[in-house]
Amino acid sequence: MLSDYELIGILAIFALALPILAIVGGSILGPRKPNRIKTDVYECGMESYGPTWVQFKVQYYIFALVFLVFDIEMVLLFPFAAAFKILPLYAVIEAAIFILILAAALVYAWKKQALEWF
Amino acid sequence: MDSFHIADLFGSIAQIWNEWLGGFLATEWVNIVNKAVGALLVTAVPVVIVVFTILGERKIIGRFQDRLGPNRVGPFGIFQTIPDVVKLLTKEIITPAHVDKLLYNIAPLLSVSSVILIWAVMPFAKNIIGVDLDVGALYFVAVSSFGTLAILLAGWSSNNKYALVAAFRVVAQLVSYEVPMVLALLVPVMLAGTLKMNGIVEAQAGEVWYVVLAPVSMLIFFISSTAEVGRSPFDLLEADSEIVAGYNIEYSGMKFAMFFLGEWIHAFTICGLTATLFLGGWHGPFVDQVPLLGPIYFLIKMFVVYFIHIWIRTTMPRIRIDHLLDLNWKFLVPLSLVNLIVMMFVIKLVGDSVAKTSVLLISNVLMFVGTFMILGEVGRQARQREESMRQAEPVTAGVQG
Repeated sequence: MLSDYELIGILAIFALALPILAIVGGSILGPRKPNRIKTDVYECGMESYGPTWVQFKVQYYIFALVFLVFDIEMVLLFPFAAAFKILPLYAVIEAAIFILILAAALVYAWKKQALEWF
Repeated sequence: MDSFHIADLFGSIAQIWNEWLGGFLATEWVNIVNKAVGALLVTAVPVVIVVFTILGERKIIGRFQDRLGPNRVGPFGIFQTIPDVVKLLTKEIITPAHVDKLLYNIAPLLSVSSVILIWAVMPFAKNIIGVDLDVGALYFVAVSSFGTLAILLAGWSSNNKYALVAAFRVVAQLVSYEVPMVLALLVPVMLAGTLKMNGIVEAQAGEVWYVVLAPVSMLIFFISSTAEVGRSPFDLLEADSEIVAGYNIEYSGMKFAMFFLGEWIHAFTICGLTATLFLGGWHGPFVDQVPLLGPIYFLIKMFVVYFIHIWIRTTMPRIRIDHLLDLNWKFLVPLSLVNLIVMMFVIKLVGDSVAKTSVLLISNVLMFVGTFMILGEVGRQARQREESMRQAEPVTAGVQG
């Protein structure tokens, strides 16, 4: 079973080697003449103003938080789905309750207007 | 060599190859060499397919937009990709001065390797699959989230405000759309009772394709995986007209090309997955007698889905970010949760009886109709509320202002 992952390991090396080779090839074949203007921040010709890494809209962060709830739910549902054929009806009801509890989180976020875009 | 049959072309080649290799290598070494060759093929196949799809997509988009598409290089422009690659190779790779160097350089590598890794579990035919992992579907979900990470890293490390906006949009879009995609993916897993990709295809060969049993899941999966690719109408990450090029604005030459390649491979990868999970993958008539037909059926199905993908891409305008998030959190996620619960109970209660197909189909249709009735009702109420608010507040507001 572990031997299945040997191919994935070799593939990971190849999959990383492909873009590395392409980029190295590009840097060998292409010219390299940097200057101050060229390596400056590209903002359509305007001088960049102030630092870039600033705090932005908090909304994006809230969506990521709501996502986190469902991400964990999904991971827990995968073993359930894989074993679905041999599970009794009782386990299916339990899984439905589990999904509904997390759906309540979605309803809560919805009512709290976390899903609105201001 | 006597076992060569054109009907089982790949199987015969594999047999001849193994005999030749076994002639001078020990068994364990044959195993390792075969795995390395397999990994090389899995890397090469998507890159080879992308060469054809780039040309095909440009041609098809040209036709959709009432122009000819590339037609200068070679007959019908079929060699157009070669000068494009040469051009990208000979461009200067500019590294801007203020970027976060490490993350900036890792991002294009992750973008390509994440989608190539998905192809390890893509079944071309019964025996033509990189490795039939027993957690294949979960592996796909896990690996494809690296792609999201790559775009997030690229946007953040570029030290550019446009790129940063794109990185935030990645969080809102790619991360959010993973939820309905995975919830829809659970339904074929439940129907087949396995996470193996080949197991899902074989389960479909045994009964009917899951597009009949679970059309709502297929729709949700297709829409949300289209959003995962980040192409039109969900191309907010690189919306050229608002944030110039989004996350790849500070990339040039081959590094930019890597994002391009990653996106392109991802686009037909999700089409291949849709074909595998819902359209029967390599299964088709006479595939048991003639194994060579397996990859052909798979590619045909993949390109049919890909054509629909291009069709949507050229037809729809880019949607606004609040609409995008509403579509996900207020439509696709509730629908996929309801879909999951309904399918769970229906499959369990119906069991393997003869009525399975029709009951599942009818429950899906009911879900479909019900969703649209609820949506229509909600929309009507919202319109009425707006209407009554407009009547309650007459022109006085304008006078005061």
